[in-house]
Amino acid sequence: MEGQELPYVLVDTIGGRIGVYEDHVGFLNKCFHLITMKEYLENKTFLSKKITAIYMWYHKPHINEELLQSLPNLKVVASSGVGIDHLDLKLLSSYGVKVSNTPSVVSIDTADMGMALLLASSRRLVEGHEMAVSPETEYFPADWLGVEVSGATLGIVGMGVIGYKVAERAKAFEMKILYHNRNQRKKEEESAVGAVYCKKIDNLLQQSDFVLLAVNLTPQTHKLIGKRELELMKPTATLINISRGLVVDQDALVEALQNKVIKAAALDVTYPEPLPRDHPLLKMKNVIITPHIGSATKKTRWVMMEEMVESIQAGLAGLPVPREVLP
Amino acid sequence: MFRSKALSLLKLIPLMSGQSNLAYKFTHPVTACHGHRCHRSVIYKQWYRTCPHSAGRRTISAGTKVMAQGELPGVLILDIGGTHGVLEDLAALLRKHFHLITMKEFLGNKEEMRKKIQSVFVFECRPTIDRELLESLPNLKVIGNSGVGVDHLDLKMISSFGVKVTNTPNAVADPTADIGMALMLASARRLVEGCQIAVSPDTKYFAVDWLGVEVTRATLGIIGMGSIGYKVAQRARAFNMRILYHNRNRRRKEEEEAVGAHYCAKMEDLLQQSDFVMLVVNLTPETHKLIGKKELGLMKPTATLINISRGAVIDQDALVEALRNKVIRAAALDVTYPEPLPRDHPLLNLNNVIITPHIGTATVQAIHMMAEEAIANILAVLNDQPIPSEVFPK
Repeated sequence: MEGQELPYVLVDTIGGRIGVYEDHVGFLNKCFHLITMKEYLENKTFLSKKITAIYMWYHKPHINEELLQSLPNLKVVASSGVGIDHLDLKLLSSYGVKVSNTPSVVSIDTADMGMALLLASSRRLVEGHEMAVSPETEYFPADWLGVEVSGATLGIVGMGVIGYKVAERAKAFEMKILYHNRNQRKKEEESAVGAVYCKKIDNLLQQSDFVLLAVNLTPQTHKLIGKRELELMKPTATLINISRGLVVDQDALVEALQNKVIKAAALDVTYPEPLPRDHPLLKMKNVIITPHIGSATKKTRWVMMEEMVESIQAGLAGLPVPREVLP
Repeated sequence: MFRSKALSLLKLIPLMSGQSNLAYKFTHPVTACHGHRCHRSVIYKQWYRTCPHSAGRRTISAGTKVMAQGELPGVLILDIGGTHGVLEDLAALLRKHFHLITMKEFLGNKEEMRKKIQSVFVFECRPTIDRELLESLPNLKVIGNSGVGVDHLDLKMISSFGVKVTNTPNAVADPTADIGMALMLASARRLVEGCQIAVSPDTKYFAVDWLGVEVTRATLGIIGMGSIGYKVAQRARAFNMRILYHNRNRRRKEEEEAVGAHYCAKMEDLLQQSDFVMLVVNLTPETHKLIGKKELGLMKPTATLINISRGAVIDQDALVEALRNKVIRAAALDVTYPEPLPRDHPLLNLNNVIITPHIGTATVQAIHMMAEEAIANILAVLNDQPIPSEVFPK
């Protein structure tokens, strides 16, 4: 590596609330010469030709045509997490830029989060905590009840890697598992978790006590769950979303919750994030919202970073890019 | 989901602890006479069984067919409805088998009521069973407790009056194991904190460096591997957790292998290796303050303590200190001592503590099943049948 420069990689910022993690920087600096957006804009003439990759941490820096035009030697964009709905894959491809994501590392934590939301919602955990610590609480009332998870029916919409891991976990709670997917899984895979395929999503919606969304966001899944689907659900059912906010028609969801068409919702994702502070979802007692933390654990974020580094290095060396996402 | 099963005459076999899918069956129709007022024999055919559901979960049903109307046995309860009374639909269940007498009715007409009461149905630790009450109920035969914990009952004293005590170990196991898992996941992923951020009027953005810890593949140490502890292990296994356990007695090899659990003869070993420590013991003089300053000091600084047993199993002051000084990472407690905690208690204000209001069995289904299990136990005692879950003083 003597005399050879480290590749110049563009990042948005380092540290702070949206930047690359401070404790990842040591490792990254061994592999790349990191250039922040600020540094780039201050020295465009020199840096624009040097930058060969973009390290996209939580959807930043934002990539548009203007940026692509000003980075003639850009070869790879590594995006953190699994979702790539924030990227225009066709546009990037037209500039000869390869894109990678980190699909599998997020799957375990996201499946865990799905189960955490399912359990928390069914047992009214957040409400219960608030009661337990509230200055006004004098006693715990006897008629304060949640619903059972063990033995209930879970309908998984989207049985990819994450959906399947949710099924593995739910099985241990003796839940009855239904699933809806573009394609039916192999028989052995179904029997391993005791999952029953519902070719029509309607059947799943009608029978489930808990409906969990684990699809990716595409034009086909945009507003997949709307007024019609919510009305098909049981009035005692709970909707759990660990995919993307836009998979649910949020206005229809608000109405369904207000009119007790469904019982409750637990959302790790919304549209936008965060929601406007006056949004009705924020005030509903039967709604749990978490700030998109499906993959937010130290270990997973470290592995994500390592995978992104690997993808960039392979792309720059002209090798097949691990975890490449094709348009 | 909850429904009464069909009734049939069956054979009774005793319940063995730690095994969930056993069937109880009753054979003998019993002829019982209730006091001098009964002119005709009242024949009770009792059908009670714990039947494995097709998916393997427990269901309990009790049915009693009164062949000829006599007087139903009197059962004392605190109240119906209100803040601490028996829930209305539980009262309806009880009334199928018993003449319900509230404390108010009893105190208002002691002379007439006292002889009628053959049992007390204790719901959420009420009514309090003290010497005075026991002395005033000459025909009392059984205290039927709703729930499995009996630390609120003076077993020796009650026994000295020739009164039996029963609990409901079957009905509580699944929902309590579920709450243990719920608390572990919520604490690890900082769910309550996260929710507060998501809905707070001050939130403008979600910080990307806001992280929790992993549950999958972490090490769970279960202290107390009875029915509930074992069900926790079954659930945790699906998260690929490494499972350690400490128990008075070691479980059978097959049971250990089924959930991949490793026995720690010394609790210290479990404490030192676990990322999550879950307390699932019952409260006895031996387990009182089982987890104190020393034990907390042995835990990893990244570890979480989860309590679904009884508040008094933990030295609460030591816990506060450990949390403040980051000796452990966090705690999640369904139980405290007392419940609720005083409103100025330090545990209420710590960011890394989740407290739930003792809701381990607070589901529509569990509440009904506990009542049915208690009813079956009470009936067994009153009809001189083998008792499914009697609790004996040490």
